[in-house]
Amino acid sequence: MREVAIVAAGMTRFGELWDASLRDLFVEAAQQALTTAGVDRLDAMYVGNMSAGQFVGQEHLGPLMADHLGMGGVPAVRVESACASGGVALRTAFMEVACGGSDLVLAAGVEKMTDGADVTEVLATASDQETEVYQGATFPGLYALIARAHMAAHGTTEEDLAWVSVKNHGHGVLNENAQFPRELTVDQVLSSALVSEPLRLLNCSPVSDGAAAVLLCPLDQASQYTDRPVVIRGTAMATDSMALTDRRDMAFLDAVAAAGARAYQMAGIGPEQVDVAEVHDCFSIAEICCIEALGLAPLGEGRHCARTGETALGGRLPVNTSGGLKSKGHPVGATGVAQAVELFEQLTGGAGERQVADAEFGLAQNMGGTGASSVVHILQAT
Amino acid sequence: MPSPRYWREIPSRYRLEATRCGDCGRVSYPPRRICFACRSTAAETIELSHEGRVVASTVVHVPPDAFLMEAPYALAIVETPEGARMMVQVADCDPASVEAGMSVALEFRLIRKEGKGGILCYGHKAVPAYPLGGEAEAARRAREEEVAHA
Repeated sequence: MREVAIVAAGMTRFGELWDASLRDLFVEAAQQALTTAGVDRLDAMYVGNMSAGQFVGQEHLGPLMADHLGMGGVPAVRVESACASGGVALRTAFMEVACGGSDLVLAAGVEKMTDGADVTEVLATASDQETEVYQGATFPGLYALIARAHMAAHGTTEEDLAWVSVKNHGHGVLNENAQFPRELTVDQVLSSALVSEPLRLLNCSPVSDGAAAVLLCPLDQASQYTDRPVVIRGTAMATDSMALTDRRDMAFLDAVAAAGARAYQMAGIGPEQVDVAEVHDCFSIAEICCIEALGLAPLGEGRHCARTGETALGGRLPVNTSGGLKSKGHPVGATGVAQAVELFEQLTGGAGERQVADAEFGLAQNMGGTGASSVVHILQAT
Repeated sequence: MPSPRYWREIPSRYRLEATRCGDCGRVSYPPRRICFACRSTAAETIELSHEGRVVASTVVHVPPDAFLMEAPYALAIVETPEGARMMVQVADCDPASVEAGMSVALEFRLIRKEGKGGILCYGHKAVPAYPLGGEAEAARRAREEEVAHA
């Protein structure tokens, strides 16, 4: 396999962007990446997207986006793995470059969620329709069950969950692309409306529009496009049972742990070498479960990390410096690529006030559904 | 929901049919062709007990449209004595009183309506196996007798 680098990144602001359509969002992020690298051609592109078919009635995004990017004729495929669609698009693009099939490949993610679709119902299609949704389950409801299982197993409290939101909003304040760049307090989280007990509104990531894109090429060609490429050292994906009822342990995300273990092995590093991480905090309990599954915190100790500042900027291992899904926003298909954009900025020294000093290794973890699919990337600065 | 799809799922929804693996004994609900624990295809169809215990629960305050009238409702993962787990609502009690370890009975209930002209979708809900007070128990027995005589 060839070594693969990210040579440019682009993203839109995340938020309720009424003046931008699905294709507008994609083109803005993708063009930003192409312009930065100074390229006007592509060998292939992958579009991570969860559900444009349900959100705006549009499928067949590969050719649509290639056409609007002015790349008509280029092979282009839409990639779907629910909220992990973006991460899987990146992994698919990596594979195409690594195997020698193409030299210059765009991995992008996009979602337009605010055009009027019933978002709760669309998102619920990423869980098991026959056994979960039929009975009245919602996504917050399923993560609430995970939270209750984690509370029973490890003593996690509602205050622990609140601290994750507070910490991530503290980071989001520093991100000009964040949907909700404002500070929160623990009291505000604990007094927000109940969505599904014990999860409250401010434990949940928002409904967002947005897109993100990164440009990949073989490492030995990267100097044509940038003097600071970021190398993709590890990529891995794993799956778990769709229904929560079939999980080995509801308080532990097996797919995240398996993808993490494979990515560490491929990169030849361990969790202690990670300098900065973006993990999938779609609900605050998810960040706690993810850092435990990735070995970034000991099992049962993840609940303390946001409160103690270990995972805050300036701490032992800053997690979700972008603001995470909670503060930055969560346009589902774009999220996995946006995590890579944040790491690209961190590892090239371009993260401004959010910069983690001397960051060498960054980890991005993106997941679909209640963790039925998860993809992990490990990136290294050059 | 298109009627063939609803019809296909009737055995598991109405009769709580499940499969027990002929090799490792693992019970799958709803039935599966391949055991998810050992990949065996030797499965026998069984009917689950109409009882179990709550493994984890939540109270849904923001429901999907089809359940607007019921919110807030308790949603739980219930394990039957056969080891099968299922997602069910817990009815006939204060949703806040539902907690892990609670014993429940599984009763045949209306789950949702597919709009004004659509199918009435049935299935099972859990109810407390040991009602909280004498009145609730009496009311439940009376209702069961009523159903039996209807």
